[in-house]
Amino acid sequence: MQKKTLSAKLLASPHIVWSALFIIAPLIMVAYYSFTNADGNFTLENIKALSDYKEVFLNSIWYGIVATIICLVIAYPTAYFIARSKARVQSTMIMLVMLPMWTSLLVRTYSIMSLIENTGIINTFLEKIGLEPLQMINTSGAVILGMVYDFLPFMILPIYSVLTKLDNRLVEAAHDLGANKITVLTKVILPLSRSGILSGITMVFVPSVSTFYISQKLGGGNFALIGEIIEGQFVTSNNFNLGAALSLVLMVLILICMAIMNHFSGDEEESGGGLMP
Amino acid sequence: MKKIAALLLATVLMFSLSVVAFAESSPLTETELQAKYKELAGTSINVYNWGEYISDGSEGVMNVNEEFEKLTGIKVNYTTYDTNEAMYTKLKSGGAAYDIVIPSDYMIERLLDEGYLQKINFDNIPNYKNIMDEYKGLYYDPTDEYSVPYNVGMVGVIYNKTMVKGNPTSWSLMWDKEYKGQVLQFNNPRDGFATAMFMMGIDVNTHDEAEWQKAYRMLIEQKGVVQSYVSDEIFNKMESGAAAISAYYAGDYLLMKDNNPDLEFFYPEEGTNIFVDAICIPKSSQNKEAAELYINFLLSEEVALANAEYLYYATPNKAVLENEDYSLKDNQILYPDKENMPKVQYYHNLDQETLSLMTSLWSELKIEGTSNTAVYIKLGVTAGIALAVIIYTTIKKKKREKLYDV
Repeated sequence: MQKKTLSAKLLASPHIVWSALFIIAPLIMVAYYSFTNADGNFTLENIKALSDYKEVFLNSIWYGIVATIICLVIAYPTAYFIARSKARVQSTMIMLVMLPMWTSLLVRTYSIMSLIENTGIINTFLEKIGLEPLQMINTSGAVILGMVYDFLPFMILPIYSVLTKLDNRLVEAAHDLGANKITVLTKVILPLSRSGILSGITMVFVPSVSTFYISQKLGGGNFALIGEIIEGQFVTSNNFNLGAALSLVLMVLILICMAIMNHFSGDEEESGGGLMP
Repeated sequence: MKKIAALLLATVLMFSLSVVAFAESSPLTETELQAKYKELAGTSINVYNWGEYISDGSEGVMNVNEEFEKLTGIKVNYTTYDTNEAMYTKLKSGGAAYDIVIPSDYMIERLLDEGYLQKINFDNIPNYKNIMDEYKGLYYDPTDEYSVPYNVGMVGVIYNKTMVKGNPTSWSLMWDKEYKGQVLQFNNPRDGFATAMFMMGIDVNTHDEAEWQKAYRMLIEQKGVVQSYVSDEIFNKMESGAAAISAYYAGDYLLMKDNNPDLEFFYPEEGTNIFVDAICIPKSSQNKEAAELYINFLLSEEVALANAEYLYYATPNKAVLENEDYSLKDNQILYPDKENMPKVQYYHNLDQETLSLMTSLWSELKIEGTSNTAVYIKLGVTAGIALAVIIYTTIKKKKREKLYDV
């Protein structure tokens, strides 16, 4: 690494100031609140109280994992298909992927609610054609559906951006050397798009684990995820300390999950385009 | 313009009367008010109110904030919150300076206790005379120095008469196993616990842990009957018939009834919660006089009438109740006769210990029933697979490296 010049430092300064103000400082505050009580004295009580919530933590992580896997399974073929189409089609398709993100998460979750409600659009239709209505809302499936629907674009976009940059000559070379389609996919395309997949996973997994809105509205409040518990500590019981401790542990758990995930990335073949280093 | 002229005329008339009636204090006369408007024109106030809690100009009703700006030249920066607690957190964090907040009674008690509010100068609010005596000197502000009542409401039980038999009168309807999966419960601990506590005859303001535990067990028992824990999505669910029974605020019931005439309502015989939302000025206010003029404006007959018609909440403003044009003035749900008046109880501010207890019990209620072992197994299997893949890839990598080394 060469020494950074003054201009490089100057260029980096907006980002450094930004991170210091809005990332580092809040993190320090979270850590501070976690280890203090309401009077500001050092305590480990908050951390001890966490054991009451271990199942909630694990449940949240489980929901996050399931949602992420489903997102990945849906997103990869979609991204691949988009990346292989003509340039004009591509821009239209990408716009369609982004379109739901133009409305707020709140509205989107509400619209899912009116779709899968017991007297919602789908069930009304089922009844009209003489079928039994399905219990969809207030189930764990509904919560997962909400997560997948809300966060799917975050999986498609990074994978797509990696796949468009993929050097097609490598694929052709593999074909020339006698690889069939499946081998090309598993040995060439998948490894080369790994960085996109990983950033997609991060961008879906993290918000899924910490969401509270989706589980409240679609799970009917029956599936307490950790985000909801944290919200309650801050908003209702005004116990910033326990809330901060819960957030801190959640962050640590997410970091551990990300570290495990990073193991899959290997350290060769960095094809860029993703958000993970 | 005509509207404003009429409003001005009306206020002039009222003031000339009020000057006689309140000779001892010295509320501003109309000319003095006009002078104040001139003086403060061009400044701005930050108003922090509940969402959907002011007549906002939609569907041709009065836009209160706009009218105020037109009348005074004072700009209104209007933002909203969903819960008292969210408002409290925002005030406490000191991130923004508000000139007007409209919390509920128990929250005003807490804000006062912690010194977040300042005394209001009632000389700047001549319309305060419109407030009914029964809403003066309430427990949270016994000397009437810090708050001005805005709306009054009570909690009751809503049910769909096509789905519920008979004429229920008790909270126990929400526990009735016959309506399993059709009951909606509040998704906020205070109101949720109150349903159980009123039914069991427990004081909703108790500090006794054993009482809260009792109510908690009652809620656990209810959980099997509950379809979901809701806040504002209740409108959808009750109007569409997705649920049959829920507890909610009377004013909101009237809104739902407009969309689904099958909905019925009762105040439970065991008693229920009454609340007053009142206008306050935080200590951090930068423009207190303008804030007082805004309060005065909200209390004027025409504005309060527009709000009462739009919001469907009961008004503490007697000028509105005496107004012939007020369509809800004889509504038995908003303004029950003496003999139909339910037993009511205000929420009081809970101490920190009770608050924490309540929240953790509420969390336990939500967590209860999620099977503990299943999630361990699922996560264990996932971790196992992840581990296997990691080992497999590392071995493969090592082998490949060896290959290259040769």
